[in-house]
Amino acid sequence: MDLLNAIVLGFKEIWAHKFRSLLTMLGIILGVSSLVAMSALVKGMEVGMKEALIAIGGLEKIRIEPQELPVEQRHLAEQAVGITINDVYALQASAPLVIDYSPEMRMPGGGRVSANGKSERVWNLAGVWPAAVRMNEHVVAHGRMFNEIDEEHARSVCVIGTAIRDELWGSPEEKGEEIIPVGETIYINQIPFTIIGMFQHYESEQERKKRELEALQPKQQQTGPVRDRGWGGGGGQSFVFRFKNNTVYMPLNTMWMKIRAGFVPGGQGGGQRRGPGRGEPEIGLADPRLSSLEVKITDLDQLTPAIQQIHNVLMTTHKGVEDFTFRTQEDWAENIQRFIRNARISGGLIAGISLLVGGIGIMNIMLASISERVREIGIRKSIGATDSDVFVQILIESVVIAVLGGIAGMITSYALVQFISKLAPTENTPIVTATALLLAFAFSVGIGILAGLIPAVKASRLNPIQALRYD
Amino acid sequence: MALVELRNVSKIYHLGGEEIRALDDVSCDIHEGEFISIIGPSGSGKSTLMHILGCLDSPTHGTIKLDGTMIHDASARELATIRNRKIGFVFQFFNLLPKLNVLQNVELPMIYSGVGGKERRERAMDALKLVGLENRSKHRPSQLSGGQQQRVAIARALVNSPKIVFADEPTGNLDSNTGEAILNLFRSLSSQGRTIMLVTHDPEIAAVTPRRIEIRDGKIALKVDPKLAGLDRLHSAAPAAAS
Repeated sequence: MDLLNAIVLGFKEIWAHKFRSLLTMLGIILGVSSLVAMSALVKGMEVGMKEALIAIGGLEKIRIEPQELPVEQRHLAEQAVGITINDVYALQASAPLVIDYSPEMRMPGGGRVSANGKSERVWNLAGVWPAAVRMNEHVVAHGRMFNEIDEEHARSVCVIGTAIRDELWGSPEEKGEEIIPVGETIYINQIPFTIIGMFQHYESEQERKKRELEALQPKQQQTGPVRDRGWGGGGGQSFVFRFKNNTVYMPLNTMWMKIRAGFVPGGQGGGQRRGPGRGEPEIGLADPRLSSLEVKITDLDQLTPAIQQIHNVLMTTHKGVEDFTFRTQEDWAENIQRFIRNARISGGLIAGISLLVGGIGIMNIMLASISERVREIGIRKSIGATDSDVFVQILIESVVIAVLGGIAGMITSYALVQFISKLAPTENTPIVTATALLLAFAFSVGIGILAGLIPAVKASRLNPIQALRYD
Repeated sequence: MALVELRNVSKIYHLGGEEIRALDDVSCDIHEGEFISIIGPSGSGKSTLMHILGCLDSPTHGTIKLDGTMIHDASARELATIRNRKIGFVFQFFNLLPKLNVLQNVELPMIYSGVGGKERRERAMDALKLVGLENRSKHRPSQLSGGQQQRVAIARALVNSPKIVFADEPTGNLDSNTGEAILNLFRSLSSQGRTIMLVTHDPEIAAVTPRRIEIRDGKIALKVDPKLAGLDRLHSAAPAAAS
C-alpha cells in the first residue's frame, strides 16, 4: 500500500468518527495554540525590551552613581566627596578606555516647569553637558542643543522633550498641527529659561504604527467629558520612551549655579546624608555633586578592564572612599535575557505538557480504535497486507489526527493571540513568528508519530487467524 | 509437478503442558485446476490445514511447496505477498469491510499489490461481472443479501488471479438455495480452470467436488482420488448429488 492510500484511509477513518476525532484533536489544538501564543507573547516582550535598550543608548554605557559607603568605610562618611565634575576631568586625563563623558546634575525631587499659563511636573529635569545628546540617543529635531559657550556662561537656556510641549502647549493630535515652542520662555523653578531646542518624539515601532494608523482615520468627535489621560497622555506607551519624552535639559553649570544655588538649602545642608558640608550649612554655596556620571567605553569587550580603570581613577580622586557604584546596561541586557529565557522555559513547559496530554489522548483513541477493528486488520492481512502495511496504516491515521489538530491549533493560536492582546493590552504586541508556527507543527507531527507507535506495533503484530475469528 | 505439495506436515500446539497435534504427518498433492474439498468434523484439523495451505500459518514440521516456492519457512512478509498474489480466501462470514463499498472491497487486494487506480477499478469491475454483481458496485455490504455478499467476497478472492482459492464453509451462513447458487458459482469457476478448495464439515457440500480429502484427528483419513475413482463419473455425479 502506498502512502497516498494510507493518508486517504486515515482521513476516511477520521471522517467516520467525526466527533471522537475532534475531541482527540482538541488536545493537540490546545497544545499547539498555547505553544504559539506563548512564544508570540515572549517574542513581543523581547522585541519591546530590545527597542527600549537601544533607546537608552547602547551597551557600551556605564553609569556611575553615588552609593552608601560599604560597612567597613562608614566611619569615613565625613570625607566622602561624592561624584563631582573633578572626576570627569580625572577620567579624561587618566582613563583611556573611556571615550565619552556625560555628567548629569539632576533637580532634586524632579521639578516643575510652567509656561503658557500651565504648569507641569518634569520627570527628568537635569543639567548636562551637550554630550548627553550623544550618550542618551537623543535627537534634537527643532532648534539646537546648547553648546560649550552656553555651558561656560551658564546661560538660562533649555532643550525640552515633546511630552513637555504636549502638556504646556498641546500635542499635535489635539491641536491638529505641531507646535514648536523654540524661542518661547519657560519657567523652571520660577526662573525664566529660553527654549532653544526640542527633541524628536520618541516612541516604539509599534506605537508609531498605531499613531500613523489613527492619523489616517477621520478624527472622532469627542462627545463625552474629556478625560485626563494622565502623564504622557500616551496610554500604553513604554516607560523608557515616556521618560525620554518627559525631559528638560539645561547646561550643567546653569543647573549648578542658578537652580541649585538658588535652592533653599533646607533640603541641602541639613538633609544631606554625607559630604563636606554636613553639620555646617554653607549658605550660597551650591552642592557640586553630580547625580550621576555616564561614560561610554571604546568597546563592549573592554567592559571589565574599563570598569577597573574607572574604579582606580575614582578611588584616587575620592581618596579611597568608595562612595560610588557602577551600573552597566549589560546587567539590564542580562536581566532581559534571563527573563526571556525563563518565560520561554515556563511557557514551553506548559505548552509541552498540554501537547503531551494531547498525544496521550491520540494514543488512547488509537488503541481503542484498533481493538474495535481487529477483524478488519485480520481481513486485510488475509488478503495480503503485510505487517508493515498495517503498521503504516495505523501510524498514518494517528499522524493525520495530529496534523489536522496542529493546523487547527495554528489557526486557533491566531485567535488566541488576538484574544490575549485584547484581554491584557501590554505595550508589546505579541509577535507570531514563522519559526514558532513551524516548531508547533513539527511538534504535532512528532506527537502523532509517537502516539501512533504503540498502537501501530500492536496492530501489526496481530495474528491474522485469531484476528479473523475475533468478534 | 503439483501446484501444492504437502510433505509430512505437522502442526503442534502447546496448550498448558499438553501437546496438541492439530495436523499429524499430513502429505498430499493438489494439482492445478482441481476442484477439491477438505471435509471433517470441527476440531479435526481441516481449518489448520487450510490456514497452512493459505499461508496464514506455518507448519511445525514438514515442507510445503506452492507453485514451485517453498513456503513452510517463509518470513511473514513473504507469506503476505504470497497470500496477496497467489491465494484467494472466501470465508463463512464473508469478511467484507463494512465501511467500504462493494467496488472498494474488491479493489482491496490490488491496493496491497500496488495496482494503479484506473486498472484497479477495471479489474474489480471485471471480477464483479464474473459473479454477476457489476450493478451493485456502489452499494455497501450491509445493503446486500448474504448470497450477494458472498459473491462480492468471491470476486475479491479472484481479482488478483490467484493460483488457488480457499473457501472456508462458504455456504455455512447462507440458506440452502443461496448456498446452492454459491456452489454453482464455484463449480462454473472450476470449469473455467481455476483451482478451488472447499473446506466444509458437510458431506453433502463436499460431494460437489470430484476429489475429497477427509481429515480426522489431524490425519488424512480418506482420499478420494479422481484418478482412482474415475474423474468422469464424479464430475457427472456431483451435480446430481447436490440437487
